[in-house]
Amino acid sequence: MPITRDEVAHLARLSRLALSDEELDHLAPQLGQIIEAVAQVQEVAADGIPPTSHATGLTNVFREDEPAPCLTPEEALSGAPAVEMQRFKVPRILVEE
Amino acid sequence: MDELITMTAADLSAAMAAGEVSAAEVTTAHLDRIAAVDDRVKAFLHVAGDDALAQAREVDARRKAGEPLGPLAGVPVAVKDLFTTVGMPTTCGSKILQGWRPPYESTITRRLRDAGAVLIGKTNMDEFAMGSSTENSGFGPSHNPWDLDKVPGGSSGGSSAAVAAYEAPLALGTDTGGSIRQPAAVCGVVGTKPTYGGSSRYGVVAFASSLDTPGPLGRTVLDAALLHEVMSGHDPMDSTSINAPVPPVVEAARHADVAGLRIGVVSEFSGDGYQPGVMTRFTEAVDLLEALGAKVTEISCPHFKYALPAYYLIAPSEASSNLARFDGMRYGLRAGTGSAEEVMALTRAAGFGAEVKRRIILGTYALSSGYYDAYYGKAQQVRTLIIRDFDAAFGQVDVLISPVTPTTAFPLGERVDDPMAMYLADLCTIPTDLAGNAAISVPCGLADEDGLPAGLQVMAPPLADDRLYRVAAAVEAALEQRWGHPLLAEAKGLAR
Repeated sequence: MPITRDEVAHLARLSRLALSDEELDHLAPQLGQIIEAVAQVQEVAADGIPPTSHATGLTNVFREDEPAPCLTPEEALSGAPAVEMQRFKVPRILVEE
Repeated sequence: MDELITMTAADLSAAMAAGEVSAAEVTTAHLDRIAAVDDRVKAFLHVAGDDALAQAREVDARRKAGEPLGPLAGVPVAVKDLFTTVGMPTTCGSKILQGWRPPYESTITRRLRDAGAVLIGKTNMDEFAMGSSTENSGFGPSHNPWDLDKVPGGSSGGSSAAVAAYEAPLALGTDTGGSIRQPAAVCGVVGTKPTYGGSSRYGVVAFASSLDTPGPLGRTVLDAALLHEVMSGHDPMDSTSINAPVPPVVEAARHADVAGLRIGVVSEFSGDGYQPGVMTRFTEAVDLLEALGAKVTEISCPHFKYALPAYYLIAPSEASSNLARFDGMRYGLRAGTGSAEEVMALTRAAGFGAEVKRRIILGTYALSSGYYDAYYGKAQQVRTLIIRDFDAAFGQVDVLISPVTPTTAFPLGERVDDPMAMYLADLCTIPTDLAGNAAISVPCGLADEDGLPAGLQVMAPPLADDRLYRVAAAVEAALEQRWGHPLLAEAKGLAR
């Protein structure tokens, strides 16, 4: 098994996913199976082969920096779960220890 | 069946231009069809109804005023539910975006609206385009119009089902690992993955940004080409958009001639795991192309067998980063109470389905320090080797061909909790996505075992999308002559 349940729990914390015990039990063996399969890429002799991050080869694409109409505050906030004084209202970020 | 719903987009366009039928009548016929069958097909997450009729009436008014109108004016188009559309919800098939109304319009739907196309509704999909069956949708699966107990493919399965069920003549999809071609193949319709960068991603909710490619689905090769042409072209709002002319796809679709064309059969895409009936129809298509004057050879692409594992590192890695934006703060679902971090974790746990969670964790793993070089880094090198395989092949032939997917439509439920089995559906389509070139799926008959459609995949170099249409149109014309009717005329799933 290339990945343990504890490792999956750690990755879930890093990914901000509050997984239940049942989900962890279910996911860990599935992820093990997937990782075993994708590890096949390690068989490929690729020394000195440059990596490809995207296929177009485009770099440093610029456009003119021209002022243009943009969303109104009302539009930008239209999907927000909570709004106060024309701002996104979010839960506490800093927690007192 | 109402005649209007079985007509092609090209014929509808001509009939409307000639004043034989109005756009409002065409839209009404399709809305009626949706009302009659979509409780069984479940292709749509949102039907535009009165809004679609208003769009159609506007086209009729523009036509009456003598405005010049393009080939899609008044033609209904179903839109995969990951294009942002003002005035319609956009969910990506996810509970985390349920009820979200985007404040801005995607470039492609904007172009379609400007061309007078009628956006008739939003189609179902695997959540965030992750899947091959629509079973990963947060709102239940769509059903294959050939057999309602089978999957319609995915992730653009709502779009392929809508087109196959005559609910719309055209649909938009996106292809990241095969998400247009595989559903097109298993529903017996045409679907194209354009060259990466040929169609804008602005307003297309991101799954794997280096792979996501919007493209058309239709019942005929020409119809797909008409949509391809209107949706494509450079977009300054997408920095990966290619600033080059749109390949002449419509002209190519009208030029069904493969005489002298060099065609390579990919030798890696056959053998174990390939359904015999799919391979029989594929082999017949190869013979047909040869009979039509193409020069067919076999070509080996030795790294294609590593495309699937490389894809399942690259796509989840990009997804784990892209989906970080769904944090319950600015739009979409917010669940639970506590600190911002707790609310984020509870929101994402409640809003994402199992496959999305699997892929976020897999991507986070592949990008972790210590594993990065062995997984993500190596997959990126494999991506280079796959591009080199294509380059070598396209030095010898004009296009490559293969089956689209190893099997016909599989039963609903069969692979839903077996991720590796589900992933195999994209075995033949993934190399094209990794390399960023273009490919099409065109129906090539029914498998003997189950009477379900099989597709022929044609692959072309970047920006040679027109070659796809030339080959697909030739195959379509020759096969329809042999069958005496379009393949879809044999679909019986909705006759029950």
